[in-house]
Amino acid sequence: MTPTPDRLHTLLDASGVARCLDAIADAVHERWGSEPRLALVGVYQRGVPFARALLERLRARGLEPDFGRIDITQYRDDLQTMTVLPRLEGSDIPFDLEDAIVILCDEVIHTARTTRAALEELLGFGRPRCLQIAALIDRAGRELPLYPRYSGLQVDLPAEERVCVRFIDGDGVDEVFTCPWDKHTA
Amino acid sequence: MSLTPRKDLLDIASLTDAEIEFVLANAEPFKDLFKRSVKKVPTLKGRTVLTLFYEPSTRTRSSFEVAANRLSADVTHFDIESSSVVKGESVLDTVETLESMRVDYIIVRHKQSGTPNLIARNTRASVINAGDGWHAHPTQALLDAFTLREQMKDLRGGRALIVGDIQHSRVARSTSLILRRLGMSVAYLGPGSMMPRETPSEVPVFGNWDDALDWRPDVVYLLRVQSERLDEPFFPSAAEYHKCYGLTDARVGILRERGLWLMHPGPVNRGVEITDAGMNYERSLINAQVENGIAVRMSVLYWLKPGAME
Repeated sequence: MTPTPDRLHTLLDASGVARCLDAIADAVHERWGSEPRLALVGVYQRGVPFARALLERLRARGLEPDFGRIDITQYRDDLQTMTVLPRLEGSDIPFDLEDAIVILCDEVIHTARTTRAALEELLGFGRPRCLQIAALIDRAGRELPLYPRYSGLQVDLPAEERVCVRFIDGDGVDEVFTCPWDKHTA
Repeated sequence: MSLTPRKDLLDIASLTDAEIEFVLANAEPFKDLFKRSVKKVPTLKGRTVLTLFYEPSTRTRSSFEVAANRLSADVTHFDIESSSVVKGESVLDTVETLESMRVDYIIVRHKQSGTPNLIARNTRASVINAGDGWHAHPTQALLDAFTLREQMKDLRGGRALIVGDIQHSRVARSTSLILRRLGMSVAYLGPGSMMPRETPSEVPVFGNWDDALDWRPDVVYLLRVQSERLDEPFFPSAAEYHKCYGLTDARVGILRERGLWLMHPGPVNRGVEITDAGMNYERSLINAQVENGIAVRMSVLYWLKPGAME
């Protein structure tokens, strides 16, 4: 379990996270309920448990989407200046991306630089028919023109705060809170 | 697991266990990249990789070039044959020129042991040793370990028999060292004239195949008999070497019977250290070594950072 950094404000407790996940799953189901080529792709690290939580909810609604995950490390625009290099997790897209409807899932969208990197990595695997973005938290402060089609909570926060998302799948608890920026926390 | 980048890769001996693991672990996702429609990532976009080979090489140089291209680097070959080197320019003068060109990575092969270290001390570029004299060939060792681990999963307790000209082989030195670091036992087989005067105490030395196979290796690693050795008095003839130390068809049969893996750093001398039957042996990992070489070299380039503190 990841150590809990200093907490400033709670944005969502477990029931709030569940409400947001249900709302996103409902919206995806409403749009793609009859689509046989639907796929969820989580952005490593916490986009993966977010996508898995959505997958469970879509299955409960009668859908059976494909599932994959991507590691964007090599697309980070700060890679060449990093003083500590992350181990590569690798991307895994175990289905045919051609002609698929893909929901790219990340737990937070803020500047959208991660999202840009994720799109580049994903499109290296093939050419989906449609690609949409889902984020549990849509934080204001976009630096690139990319916006989620599905989001759970929209927030505008002071620059010195960062959003920390925890999922029961991996962290032992579902919650979203803000904390000070700290390179040691993620 | 995260790791601080290093500036240079000069040998296996100076790597920590964590660094070896980091390079081997990251080679896996790089290898997965080869299955995609776009076999390229932007990791080294805008960086310049220069190959500086003072000795002939086809596969190692190509492997580095493919690796660097797949990382989106700009790759240049410094052509020694048509450069001022043939007019007598020293290695350090060449390096000073390259420094002015602001290259980021220099891949060096040189017949003189220690040349990559000398270059590394005189440039801010990351230097990768692609083979220096009898000293070291670290990326070969890393790709050998990666290839073997793909098959054996855990190398601890395994046994590798390295066959051939150990004394003059940088591959033998580096690969023997990394396999022992990863928990394997290593033994040597070859003519006495090609054995180092001193071998590590834990490495048995055999003079014939029967004794070596009685040691029960899991993998047989053949070394290339270098053509220049054929003209020197290390053994009577290529035919004699083949008969005594080569992987003959009969010995391929024994490997098959026992299910042993076969490796070779390439290029092979058919009829000397190996036969056509050996090349077609179903547990040969020779082609896998070539493919994995690209992934491992990508992993090394990902890890090294020009100007990083040593």
